[in-house]
Parts: sequence; structure tokens; C-alpha cells
Amino acid sequence: MILEAVKAKFPDEVLETSEFRGDLTIVVRKESLAQIMKHLKEEAAFDFNLLMDLTAVDYLSMERKPRFDMVYHLYSLRNKHRLRVKVGVHEKEPEVDSLVVLWPIANWFEREVWDMFGIRFKGHPHLKRILLYEEFEGHPLRKDYPVNRRQPLMKQKSDHELEFIEAREYGQAVPELLRGSANQEEKKI
Amino acid sequence: MKAQPIDAGFFSTKLNDMVGWARKYSLFQYPFVTACCGMEYMAAACSHYDIDRFGAGLPRFSPRQADLLMVVGTVSQKLAPVLKKVYDQMCDPKWVVAFGVCASTGGFYDNYATLMGIDRIIPVDVYIPGCPPRPENVLDGLLKLQARIQNQKQLL
Ligand code: SF4
Repeated sequence: MILEAVKAKFPDEVLETSEFRGDLTIVVRKESLAQIMKHLKEEAAFDFNLLMDLTAVDYLSMERKPRFDMVYHLYSLRNKHRLRVKVGVHEKEPEVDSLVVLWPIANWFEREVWDMFGIRFKGHPHLKRILLYEEFEGHPLRKDYPVNRRQPLMKQKSDHELEFIEAREYGQAVPELLRGSANQEEKKI
Repeated sequence: MKAQPIDAGFFSTKLNDMVGWARKYSLFQYPFVTACCGMEYMAAACSHYDIDRFGAGLPRFSPRQADLLMVVGTVSQKLAPVLKKVYDQMCDPKWVVAFGVCASTGGFYDNYATLMGIDRIIPVDVYIPGCPPRPENVLDGLLKLQARIQNQKQLL
């Protein structure tokens, strides 16, 4: 019923509707996201006054176009119904409209999506990283971020240095391999 | 007074033992709790397991008053400089316990966010394995630390 009502109201903007075991999903055009969301929030028949979650998905390995999906989960406290809204976002232009004016909670969620996926939000009041540090380069939840890439904030001991410390701790002979780092370590102490 | 070598005669060895005995039973810990291991730390510290029996019952909430740094939980790359600073703020003599596999080695995390063991930035005296370690395990680690404190050369 909700699906039909949305589709009837926005015949051109809603690209796809589906239902799976009672979960309703609509896929909408990116340009009309803000308009549709405003309607979903303010129209009494829908009354989605709670934005439960907002996140993104990267479909890199599926070679899908558009590469990203923005996913919004809406809930109506009064009508007790839910709706999932999806928007495709292209890699070339990773930007969607910010929903902070509708639901203030979107502020931090959108910052998180920017932090992790590098999708920008037009009209966001303060779009900067929320979890990672400013020095971090790239967006780690993008599937093309190398799994073993580390960006430490401070100097850390290497595996070799740790092995040397352990060997000395237990009075073992320091393996030949570690001699080089051993000398440096000795100087420090 | 300067540090004495251990085999320096009756008085200084006994002094060394006595200071060690006093220090191992008056550990003031600073719990650096960041993740789920914290629950197990609380269990170990509360009356069921009662860490106070071992003389480590008073957590201080300033590192400047503590001599045992307990790193309880996952430390992220972002938090690493903070941990280092907390360690540097503690006065000598000081000891460090890595509580749980996350603090010891990074545990099952191997990603952009996690520091792979706190021993990469600060020295560690005792590692307590487990995810999370049982309180018995924690107390065992504490006893090991006490043995270490007793046997070390005391800085006076
Ligand atoms: S070792 Fe296990 S219980 Fe402890 S912080 Fe890590 S994940 Fe949590």
C-alpha cells in the first residue's frame, strides 16, 4: 500500500519498488531524493518521522553501475510502518543531497558515510571525518582500499624489533637476522 | 639513592627484597578501558573475584597517581598517541599489563583501524591472553606481575 502510494505520487522519480517478506524498498532517482524524503516525512499518510539508519554500499566487485548505493531506513512512530529508500550514486560524481534539514540525526550518519565511503552530501553543515583522524588518506570501506594498508599516527616498533625484545627478555640468543635492529635497540636503551 | 646491583651484600639485597615486597602488594592501577574486555576487568575487580586480595584494589583515575597501567581492550591507531601520552605521564616505577588479545597482539582485528598490540608503542610486562580473559586468568597475570616486581632490581 505504501509502495503504491509513493509510486502514484512520484511516477517518474521512483525507479523500482519491491517487497521481500514484508520489507518494503523503493529505489529513487538521485535528483529527487530530497523532495521525495520531504514528502515521506511530512505527508500524514506516511509520516516517517524517524530516520533509523543511513548508510552506503559499495558494489565494486559486481561491476554494477552506479557503483554505490545510499540506503535510508525510515520508520513511522505513529503509523508503525517502515520503508527502505535506495539511491544509486555514481563513482564519478559521489554526491547526494544532505537530509540534515529533515532529520538532524542525519548529520553524524552522513559524516560517517563520507568518512568511510567518500560520498559527499550537498548542503551538509559540517562535512568532515567523524571516526578517523584528519591525516587519514582515502576511505577505508571502499572495496578498492587495500586491506593491508596502514596509516599509523605515530612511529611503531616493527616485527623485528619486537622479536629482538622478546629474545632478550627470555635470555635467548638473538637470531642473526635481527642483529641490525638489535644494535639500534641497544643504543636506545 | 642510586640503584644497587642485586649481589651487593646482605643489607642491599634484603632492602631490594623488602622494597619489592612492598611494591608488589600496593599496586595502584590505572585502567585504560576501551572495549569489551572492560566487563571482565570489572568482574575481576568486584567482590566475586576481588582483586583487592592481591593488593591492587584501588584504581586511580589519573595516570599520575598510578604505577600499573592496565590496557584493557582494543586500541585503535587514532588512540595510540593518547595511550603513549598516558604512559609517559606515569611516574617510575611503572608496569604495564596488556589485558586480552586485542591489547596484546591486535587479536582478530587486522585492518586499517587497529593497533596490532600495544607493545608496538609502549613496553609491556605481562600479557594476559583470552578474548576476554576469565577473571582467574587476570588474577594469574597479576600474580605473574607480582613475581616479576619482587624479583626485579628495584630503583630506589
Ligand atoms: S580481546 Fe576480545 S573481549 Fe577483549 S577487547 Fe578484544 S575483542 Fe573484546
